[in-house]
Amino acid sequence: MKTITFTVNGNPVTLDVSEDANLLSVLNDDLELAGAKEGCGAGECGACTVIVDGVAVTSCLYPACEADGRVVETVEGLVLESGSLHPLQRTFVDYGAVQCGFCTPGMVMSAKALLDKYPNPNEQEVKVALAGNICRCTGYTQIVEAVLAAAEEMKK
Amino acid sequence: MTRKEERLLPEVERAVRAPEELVVVGKRIPKSDALYKVLGQAQYIYDMQLPGMLYGKILWSERAHAKIISIDTSEAEKVPGVRAVITAQNTPEIRIGFMKDQPVLKKDKVRSFRDEVAAVAATSWEAAEEAISRIKVVYEDLPGIFSPEEAMEEGAPLIHEMDARGKELKDNRIRLPWKLVCGDLEKGKAEATCTVTTSYEVPAVNHCCMGTSACIASFDAGDNLTIYDITQIPSLAKADFLEALKAMGAKGRVRVITPTIGGGFGSKLDTYGYQYIAMLLSHRTKRPVKIVFTREEEFFATSPRQQAKFTITQGCDKEGYLTFREVNATLDNGAYISWGATTPSVMMMPMSSLYRVPNIEFKSTCIYTNNTWAQAMRGYGNPQATFAIDCNMDELAEKAGIDPVEFRRRNANIPGEETPQGFLPRTCGHRECLEAVVEKMGYEGRQSGIVEGTPKARGMGVASLIHVGGGAKIYRSDGCATSIKIDDDGWVDVFSGSQDIGQGLDTVLRQIVAEVLGFKPEKVKIHVGDTDTCGWDAGCHASRSTFVAGNSAKVCAEIVRAQMVANFAAQLEVAEDAISITEGEVLAQTDDPDKQVTKVERLLRRAHMTGRGNTMFMASNFWEPNNKLLAGDFHGNFSMAYTYGVHGVELEVDTETGQVDVINYVAAHDIGKAINPMLLDGQAYGGIMQGIGYALTEEMLFDKGKLLNPNFRDYKILTCLDVVPIEAIIVETDDPEGPFGAKGVGEPGLVPVAPAIANAIYDAVGIRLRRLPMTPDRVLEALWAKAGKAIA
Repeated sequence: MKTITFTVNGNPVTLDVSEDANLLSVLNDDLELAGAKEGCGAGECGACTVIVDGVAVTSCLYPACEADGRVVETVEGLVLESGSLHPLQRTFVDYGAVQCGFCTPGMVMSAKALLDKYPNPNEQEVKVALAGNICRCTGYTQIVEAVLAAAEEMKK
Repeated sequence: MTRKEERLLPEVERAVRAPEELVVVGKRIPKSDALYKVLGQAQYIYDMQLPGMLYGKILWSERAHAKIISIDTSEAEKVPGVRAVITAQNTPEIRIGFMKDQPVLKKDKVRSFRDEVAAVAATSWEAAEEAISRIKVVYEDLPGIFSPEEAMEEGAPLIHEMDARGKELKDNRIRLPWKLVCGDLEKGKAEATCTVTTSYEVPAVNHCCMGTSACIASFDAGDNLTIYDITQIPSLAKADFLEALKAMGAKGRVRVITPTIGGGFGSKLDTYGYQYIAMLLSHRTKRPVKIVFTREEEFFATSPRQQAKFTITQGCDKEGYLTFREVNATLDNGAYISWGATTPSVMMMPMSSLYRVPNIEFKSTCIYTNNTWAQAMRGYGNPQATFAIDCNMDELAEKAGIDPVEFRRRNANIPGEETPQGFLPRTCGHRECLEAVVEKMGYEGRQSGIVEGTPKARGMGVASLIHVGGGAKIYRSDGCATSIKIDDDGWVDVFSGSQDIGQGLDTVLRQIVAEVLGFKPEKVKIHVGDTDTCGWDAGCHASRSTFVAGNSAKVCAEIVRAQMVANFAAQLEVAEDAISITEGEVLAQTDDPDKQVTKVERLLRRAHMTGRGNTMFMASNFWEPNNKLLAGDFHGNFSMAYTYGVHGVELEVDTETGQVDVINYVAAHDIGKAINPMLLDGQAYGGIMQGIGYALTEEMLFDKGKLLNPNFRDYKILTCLDVVPIEAIIVETDDPEGPFGAKGVGEPGLVPVAPAIANAIYDAVGIRLRRLPMTPDRVLEALWAKAGKAIA
């Protein structure tokens, strides 16, 4: 076991984790943040995507110990301080970008990592940023529309 | 009335309201649970934890076909945390599948790599896995059979020696005689001036639901089972589970509860071994037991769309009208029978009724092999069959010297004409869809072939679809139950037997009920997926839910609305027909200005709490569509409405790499009426992208029954980078039987994608690919073969 301290959605957390634990299991089981989902356990589907120090990572492959001293963001922390939805959450709802919803938390976090860094992406850049997040329901069209619309909204 | 007399139906009175009167129906309203999903708050089964819950793992067969000599579980039982180890030896036999050819835990022999041999429940996943690894099974190998051709050879080893009733089987053919005959095949052949015979092959493909298979089974002290499940068929699953309870000697009841489901696409239309194993483990340990598939298990141990081969001959006369269609299909069923063995029943639909063709013979055989056993997937047998039909249409058109689009124009379906199988499509927008696609694509002025100065060639192709859009009577009931209660605070609860698997039924029902009641949609909550509170439904399949559950909810809402109107009229002292309710306000035609507009909550409260009869507004309704079970010869009108569509694709083939890039996609669907155009677009986009995967990239690769690509690295489903520009055109024909004119649309988006792409590839480079997926290596091979032929 190793004791690690990191920030999750703005809150400091200290806990003991086993050396082989991945970040996803710590978020899901220890911190009861169920938003990030395990779709494959092999970093292939992106459903477990969270942001660590500004970078979107597949938390199922990310060693929990590596999170020590870092800043972790999950879908649960997206809601703005005002209590209203993050523009990405709003547009995902309004543009029909959500069907079964299993990929949604990871998809939204990949999109946030993109917009945080590049607030003005073109369509191709959005597609590249989301290429590691598999969705079987939507065919992606409305997801891409939602991300571009959120980027517009965030510029206002 | 004879079939001939019925052939042209009388004009049907349109019972739908004019579109301009609709307030909620027809609007782009977000999916009801999307908010919770973007917040990460939607609860899936993976997120659920029950007190005292154990974790279950399954030991899968290590052989494709073998006798089980012995199973030694003694070491597994010693693993700390293990609470139960079960095998066929220490549990009651439960048989599953509609032909009951499969015991849940295998006793004497295994017939595929996904056979369940033993299972463990433990206090952690790790302990369960450790215990599984310590179970020792001794097998004696039997010769394996991995293709229908081998399975049908004289003297081939039997995969099942006897059927569920103990009757000896002589060969590996499944006793389901799929044969459809319409008209007079010989007459059709005699009338043909041009015929083409071709063969096509489609692979096994996986549903790839993002949420893997999972359940939690829990027995209470009274032997009552609650199973948290991801089924698409809550009522039918409950019946299956009750039967298993009897086999287990448990006398209690069954409650099926479905939390949020991570995708369905047909994968959850049957019950599976793992659900019964969770039940057996829970019953043994008296604790809740959770089983969750890994992605690898999801790939190899769930039931895919099956491999199939078709040989099809079609003929047309001098004017280019089809005179006959003759098709033979062979299906690799795999080791046990699930709904995959019944996909020919749906293949019959396009075989008989896609395009106007009077004389038809369709035969299909399903064969046992030692491969994974098959299920239904989006479209059931329709995409497979349509690939054969609509590719052959192009090949026939070319031989007859007719443009492929013009050939389809001549043979397009028309409304009001009974099809040879006996379907009665009151609405049919096939021609409208075709013209819309042709116009939008600029088909007539297209330039096919090599793009100058590049190794790329461009082409366009089209294909059509018919699908059931008004239920599908495959059980004696194809109905759906709905209950509605309106509380005196103005909130509405709708309990529907149907199911939401992400497609948006929750939202469609909300819109229908809000429209009928005149309430704001946010006041209406849809409850599905709990067999204790929701009535019976035939399940989320056959694109039937909007139509059947929608009609059920609509009629139920009309009953409640009538109750309200009668009461409100009395309260406001006006006639009932002077009352209308819209967007949560009750409008009364009266000279009294105080009564002209009233908040509905106020009248609801007064109806309940002020002594005027103390009324609550509630109703239940079971709505059964007026469709018919197919007769013994498979003729009959088994759906109340039929959905049509035409897809057009423009693509580029790289003649150096074999890469196919779709550059433009146009899909027109006649869905009667769009209840929610945004969700409808989502069904089209999602279906088309799955279809492009089926056409170009997806294939389950087996080596002697063992799946070689059980992961997303090696099994290629499309990603965001593969998105193609799709124009989804909605053609509305206002079906007189549909709720507000709507027909079903869940499956159609996938159906004609592969043939449209195959036809476009031919248009681009003149090669005819008759096997899916059309991967770059197969494209190159065909290009080289063509070049070689030309040289010779």
